[in-house]
Amino acid sequence: MNLKLKVWRQENADDPGHFGIYMVQDIAPDMSFLEMLDFVNENIIADDGDPIAFDSDCREGICGACSMVINGVPHGGQQGTTACQLHMRHFCSGDTVTIEPWRATAFPVHRDLIVNRTSFDRIQQAGGFISVRTGSVPDANATPVPKEDADLAMDAAQCIGCGACVAACKNASAMLFVAAKVSHLSLVPQGQPERERRAIAMVKQMDKEGFGNCTVTGACEAVCPKEISIDFIGRLNREYGRAILKKGNA
Amino acid sequence: MPLVSNILSSSLGQKYLMALSGVGLFGFIVVHMLGNLTILAGPAAINEYAAKLHSMGPLLWIARIGLLGMVGVHIWAAVRLTRDNRKARSVQYQGAVDPVDRHRRSKIVSTYASRTMIYSGLIIAAFALFHIAHFTWKIPQINGVEVDFETFYVYEVSAGSDQVAYLTPLPDGVGKEGENAVDVYKMLTTGFKVWWVSIFYVIAVGLLCIHLSHGLSAMFQSLGLKTKAYEKWIDHFACATGWLLFAGYASVPVSILLGFIP
Repeated sequence: MNLKLKVWRQENADDPGHFGIYMVQDIAPDMSFLEMLDFVNENIIADDGDPIAFDSDCREGICGACSMVINGVPHGGQQGTTACQLHMRHFCSGDTVTIEPWRATAFPVHRDLIVNRTSFDRIQQAGGFISVRTGSVPDANATPVPKEDADLAMDAAQCIGCGACVAACKNASAMLFVAAKVSHLSLVPQGQPERERRAIAMVKQMDKEGFGNCTVTGACEAVCPKEISIDFIGRLNREYGRAILKKGNA
Repeated sequence: MPLVSNILSSSLGQKYLMALSGVGLFGFIVVHMLGNLTILAGPAAINEYAAKLHSMGPLLWIARIGLLGMVGVHIWAAVRLTRDNRKARSVQYQGAVDPVDRHRRSKIVSTYASRTMIYSGLIIAAFALFHIAHFTWKIPQINGVEVDFETFYVYEVSAGSDQVAYLTPLPDGVGKEGENAVDVYKMLTTGFKVWWVSIFYVIAVGLLCIHLSHGLSAMFQSLGLKTKAYEKWIDHFACATGWLLFAGYASVPVSILLGFIP
């Protein structure tokens, strides 16, 4: 199949950037989106050009490194799929495909399609962990966790921190990410001692990084490759309220 | 006070304030509509309702100051949050939203109401100011008719057949603000006969109901009260309430313009 690619090209963070147009021939429908970009880069390199820079790591949909907005939708808009697991068979020969980096003030563009996502790391460092060693795998049932809570914690723990929620949100809000991280630890016994401190610190860091606010449009949930539910945002709103009431005067 | 600073300075805290002031203002919107609808029961009903409301004295002022405070908080939070949101996403995508799963487009694209909250809100605020100047302060220059609403008063007590309570107008120049019952019925039927007043009113309540169709459901989410189990009910409640309020509010000027209310 043949495609016309409109790809965002930007030398570095200070470059204003522009769209590069690439007419690509003979794309195999079985290629993943990233393999297709590799293929394009091979041709660019053969022509002595500058290859398109993009993030990728595991290429099996679990690391969260790939980050590109394909036709206005982070990860291309296939349900529960990262860009690396999106295959070219979903496109038609002759299509024009627009590829852009995540757009958010808190995710400055590093080069081409690569954005700097260390703001997510700093949110995690603010409280998304348990400070003490909680031991290796415990004996079964030594620490009872209700099945519902365990399931819910696992749903939240699925977040791979790719940033698609921020990229999709019209306000570039990181609420879904922070909600998943806060909920994940607040649902299990090991997370209880730091529960309030964690919620307050992570929300504070989120605000400091310059992410926007939740307008409840649901775009984050719709594009999340791990299908994290927007319910967790409601949970974060409860967690934060609970935390500031309990720790209000501490 | 860490509690206060945690609320005022955090995005989530500002959202709480937005939601809570929204709840209060929504309560006013409902009560005000029910009050308006007493016009359908005839002139005496709405005039008596207005007189009872005015006789509440200090309670009325507490309610007014409370409402003004909530409007202030609501606008303050809205402006701050909108400013932060604009800053957070300063570059827009060039590609039109076209997911490979085409049927999922509606889930990714935000609703019209959610994108326009700040505009619908500010237009409603501007309308509310005009509305108060029109019917509460009764500024004659803006009502679009030759008469002054300040002269519309009725008797509060019946005395024989030529003086019926809340129906028979006081002679011109006799009524006094705060002492006599206002002839709200005459004021509304005169005021809404002016086509542009009615059209502005209908547009403003239309925007209000679009605002509420998003605001009412987002309010539950901001307070952490929305989950998938109730999501559909909350969204349907918000949408249905929006339409009901629109019907209730718009029915008054429309009935007056079309002559259903003489």
